[in-house]
Amino acid sequence: MGLGIGLGHYLSVAAILFTLGVFGIFLNRKNVIIILMSVELILLSVNLNFVAFSAELGDLQGQVFALMILTVAAAEAAIGLAILVIFYRNRGSIAVDDINMMKG
Amino acid sequence: MNSDITSLASLAPAYPEIFLVLAALALLVAGVVLNKERSVVVTVGAIAALVVAGLLVIFQSPDGVLFNGVFISDSFSRYMKALIVGGSAFALVLSYSNATENGVHKFEYAVLVLTATLGMMTMVSANDLMSVYVGLELQSLSLYVVAAIKRDSVKATEAGLKYFVLGALSSGMLLYGASLVYGFTGHTNLQEIVLAIATEGRSIGLIFGIVFLLAGLAFKISAVPFHMWTPDVYEGAPTPVTAFFATAPKVAAMALLVRIVMDTFEPITRDWQQIIIFLSIASMVLAAFAAIGQRSIKRLIAYSSIGHVGFALVGLSSGTQVGVEGVAIYMAIYITMTVGLFACVLSVRTADGYVENIDEMAGLSRERPFVAAVMAILMFSLIGLPPLAGFFAKWHVFLAAIEAQLFVLAVIGVLASAVSAFYYLRVVKVMYFDEPVARFEAVPRELNVIMAITGFLMIAYYFTVGSPLASLAHTAAGSLL
Repeated sequence: MGLGIGLGHYLSVAAILFTLGVFGIFLNRKNVIIILMSVELILLSVNLNFVAFSAELGDLQGQVFALMILTVAAAEAAIGLAILVIFYRNRGSIAVDDINMMKG
Repeated sequence: MNSDITSLASLAPAYPEIFLVLAALALLVAGVVLNKERSVVVTVGAIAALVVAGLLVIFQSPDGVLFNGVFISDSFSRYMKALIVGGSAFALVLSYSNATENGVHKFEYAVLVLTATLGMMTMVSANDLMSVYVGLELQSLSLYVVAAIKRDSVKATEAGLKYFVLGALSSGMLLYGASLVYGFTGHTNLQEIVLAIATEGRSIGLIFGIVFLLAGLAFKISAVPFHMWTPDVYEGAPTPVTAFFATAPKVAAMALLVRIVMDTFEPITRDWQQIIIFLSIASMVLAAFAAIGQRSIKRLIAYSSIGHVGFALVGLSSGTQVGVEGVAIYMAIYITMTVGLFACVLSVRTADGYVENIDEMAGLSRERPFVAAVMAILMFSLIGLPPLAGFFAKWHVFLAAIEAQLFVLAVIGVLASAVSAFYYLRVVKVMYFDEPVARFEAVPRELNVIMAITGFLMIAYYFTVGSPLASLAHTAAGSLL
């Protein structure tokens, strides 16, 4: 902690990344791939939180949790991309505005 | 929290889950190896596996904490697991005769239902934030694929995509909450979190964590304001898949929510109570009004399920054992009503295919009097008219709310219930009093059986399953507190 970077800084960065991810999902009107990137951003911000807390508390569980999140995030991205591919095959577009067959 | 897992017998609390893992893997191999009839063989095998898992849950699953405290088996988890396994098994039976037409005739469908069920059972038995997350994701990832399983349909793939995006967002929120709870209590084990909160009190970071955690779970039970995905996914996914979505995953997410708020955050009941009351009122009121304008029966069921989640949350709002009992009874009756309702919906078909528009059900009572009668009974039960089962479900949760002095909540609930009667009764009116427009096809046998069973249970609830169910729910709620 000699450089003066403490828990609060890590939490702030994570909170900013999380917010960016959430806004990326809701404000983006262009491309579904950007939504997938936003989802990854959210998960990585959570990982940052866990690792920062783990280091601060001197407790390993947070790091174990972060490893689990990394693994699940990979599976999630694979499934998301697979669904996106079949959607593109049917619709011929992956623009967010074209996901409009059903109202809502 | 160290547990002995050196012998097979010491794994007894997790036997149902272990069996289901092996069964899902074996069926996956069988599906790949077999050449013909593989979807039928795997589906029947999956139903059999679910039945065995259900029997294991009921007869061969002692209380216990396993795997370094991440897994717990108690009366509450057994009760909820029995509902989940039953719901999944009936969802597979519902898809049996119409699989090809609905695009779920691939053997992967049954395997994915099994893995989703496994995820739900893990959620219900989770005793650590890590197992909460892993169970929830196993369930969600399977459900994303299942939603889009009819891969040549634009609507189904769109439903899958929407479900994926919003589901991933909700998992992210839940995780962010989990990270804050971990950071401000220092533990991921639910029991240790209770102790930490009880000794150290609440901090603002912990409250933030709880809010995010509850928002993530509210997505999964589709409580307002996190319900937007529900009508679209229910409409877009093939009907047997919708039947699956509306039953078991709802119960699992509700059970997880109950365990987390009643068990883990018990020392700070006042804080989460406000959130649950808000979710409950918003769900009941919005669902009652939004469903009125719906023309599609599947969207109607979606809003109806949102409303029912609101009613179940009335019980949870009380924060008492009676309330948890009410939620447990409500979920059992809700799952039965929903299975019956989907059996009816899948029975209504003309030469052009399935009827999804409510107006096209006109005159159903003349050609298919049995289907129309069961559907009408279920609609009355969903409204909550005595002496049908739906009345007792609502009675238990409202009773809990009144005992906890939540009079305003109970009054709003009863009013929302009265408003919702309008759209349920409209379906009955269309079936019984409108002129028929099309001819309806014959009904497969197993759907008739399911309709007969659910119709009977709705009418005879008070005299048959009512008191055993209440005592089971009492034991289940008792094990949480």
